[in-house]
Amino acid sequence: MTGIVALYIFMLAAFTGYEVISRVPVILHTPLMSGSNFVHGIVLVGAMVALGGAHTGLEKTIGFIGVLLAAGNAVGGYVVTERMLEMFKSSGARRGGNRTH
Amino acid sequence: MPDWVSVDLAIQASYFVTAVLFIIGLKRMSSPVSARSGIMWAGAGMAVATLVTFLYPGMSNYGLMLPAMLIGAVLAWWSGKRVAMTDIPQMIALYNGMGGGAAAAIAAVELYRGETQGYATTTLAVAGGIIGSVSFSGSAIAFGKLQGLITRSVRFRGQQILNLLLLAAALVLGALVAANLHATPAVVTGLFVLALVLGLTMTLPIGGADMPVVISLYNALTGLAVGFEGFVLNNAAMIIAGTVVGSAGTLLTQLMAKAMNRSLGNVLFSGFGDTGGAATGEVSGSLKPIEASDVGVMMAFAQKVIIVPGYGMAVAQAQHKVWELARVLIDRGVSVKFAIHPVAGRMPGHMNVLLAEAGVPYDLIADLDEINAEFETADVALIIGANDVVNPVARNDKSSPIYGMPILNADKAKNVVVIKRGKGAGFSGIENALFYLDNTRMLYGDAQKAVGELIQSVKAV
Repeated sequence: MTGIVALYIFMLAAFTGYEVISRVPVILHTPLMSGSNFVHGIVLVGAMVALGGAHTGLEKTIGFIGVLLAAGNAVGGYVVTERMLEMFKSSGARRGGNRTH
Repeated sequence: MPDWVSVDLAIQASYFVTAVLFIIGLKRMSSPVSARSGIMWAGAGMAVATLVTFLYPGMSNYGLMLPAMLIGAVLAWWSGKRVAMTDIPQMIALYNGMGGGAAAAIAAVELYRGETQGYATTTLAVAGGIIGSVSFSGSAIAFGKLQGLITRSVRFRGQQILNLLLLAAALVLGALVAANLHATPAVVTGLFVLALVLGLTMTLPIGGADMPVVISLYNALTGLAVGFEGFVLNNAAMIIAGTVVGSAGTLLTQLMAKAMNRSLGNVLFSGFGDTGGAATGEVSGSLKPIEASDVGVMMAFAQKVIIVPGYGMAVAQAQHKVWELARVLIDRGVSVKFAIHPVAGRMPGHMNVLLAEAGVPYDLIADLDEINAEFETADVALIIGANDVVNPVARNDKSSPIYGMPILNADKAKNVVVIKRGKGAGFSGIENALFYLDNTRMLYGDAQKAVGELIQSVKAV
């Protein structure tokens, strides 16, 4: 990937992020922040590559910590986002139904 | 080796698929109807990218990699599953900080090895390393504050100057590393230490009321750091995902700061709680307590009740009781609505999430613009653990630090009842003029217990 192509990717991705968020209702701000928190968990693949190429003890130690943190970011981000969005679904489904208590 | 060429192509293609899945996922998450499937699309993308990365050419250290992934994943899974919905904001801060730390770790590995190709790549590694480190330590402080582990906001004279000096020093060391003049391990270490300390000193003075904005900012910063490290590793999935989160998070941060009528610089560089003393002296009148039974009668015979939930409801886990109270009132023919301020609670939409958990239908929940005209026709405005978002000084006291912030006009209701734990000021430390108005009554107590008493007294009418 040449530098200028990378710059184009950067620019287009930045606009994409802006567009995706710009018309979001307030009620979804927290789940969406959580969801985007999950998405940058992709740092896991970078941490894997960094650890995979580590040679010295120092590099391996930092790489190990990096993979551990990144896995936490990805998994934790997924779990809390999913839990939040699950409630949105159920409250919508219950809306028209009868409440028994 | 043609073998590796085809493997590399497969990896790149998979990353492309991942990027597409992430963007579709985020897009779906931005509508309530499709939100739940959105996280699954994004999750599928993450799974594809993670699995295919095991095939990366020339990788070793799998014996370290798998345990690290397992430990991180299990701890996060366990903590994410058992955390109460009210504590979600600090968990987002925590997981976000972990991502920032991981980005910084990638930068550290690359910089200690000192084999990054070219000036631009090294500069991006340094930039991502600094940003990731700040996000890591800053998010840890944000977590500590929201979790109640750090209760004081540390402020002292010259704090901003210290922060600037730290940033300048980090940038100088970063420039040395980037220009490959003195990229010794000691300089690299100094760079990361300075950036980590900067994250601490930047976040410590910021009050709890501003944490939503801060978490959102660090979320955006982590995204940016991940994007930068993606350039370093020549990894398109990281570049795209990181940049998308970076820009989306920046916009989200702006929306939040706007809802509080404060600029981002103001959030980061002004000691919010410290200025509260100025407004205190100007509040006149007295706090007038009331019994739950009287409030029950008042609401039972009202035509219209507007409930304003705030962080106090979240702390007391009172959302289920609040919805029960609303249903008891609705059964009596009272019109009930929930008024949500954009920054009520600790994150935008925090209250909506809690009310959704309790089962409150969307059509009863109104945001600031929809509901503000209706307060004048409301018989009772019931404030449950909200404070700054209903403080009328934001409208009329220019000396107040929250002056100009859009607020819910609860003071326009015929009667205002405030459920509050004690007589203290809000998170911002500002005295609330609403509490002293002639038509305001204070119902002291834990929100869950107080609302429980209200349910009983309404039923008894």
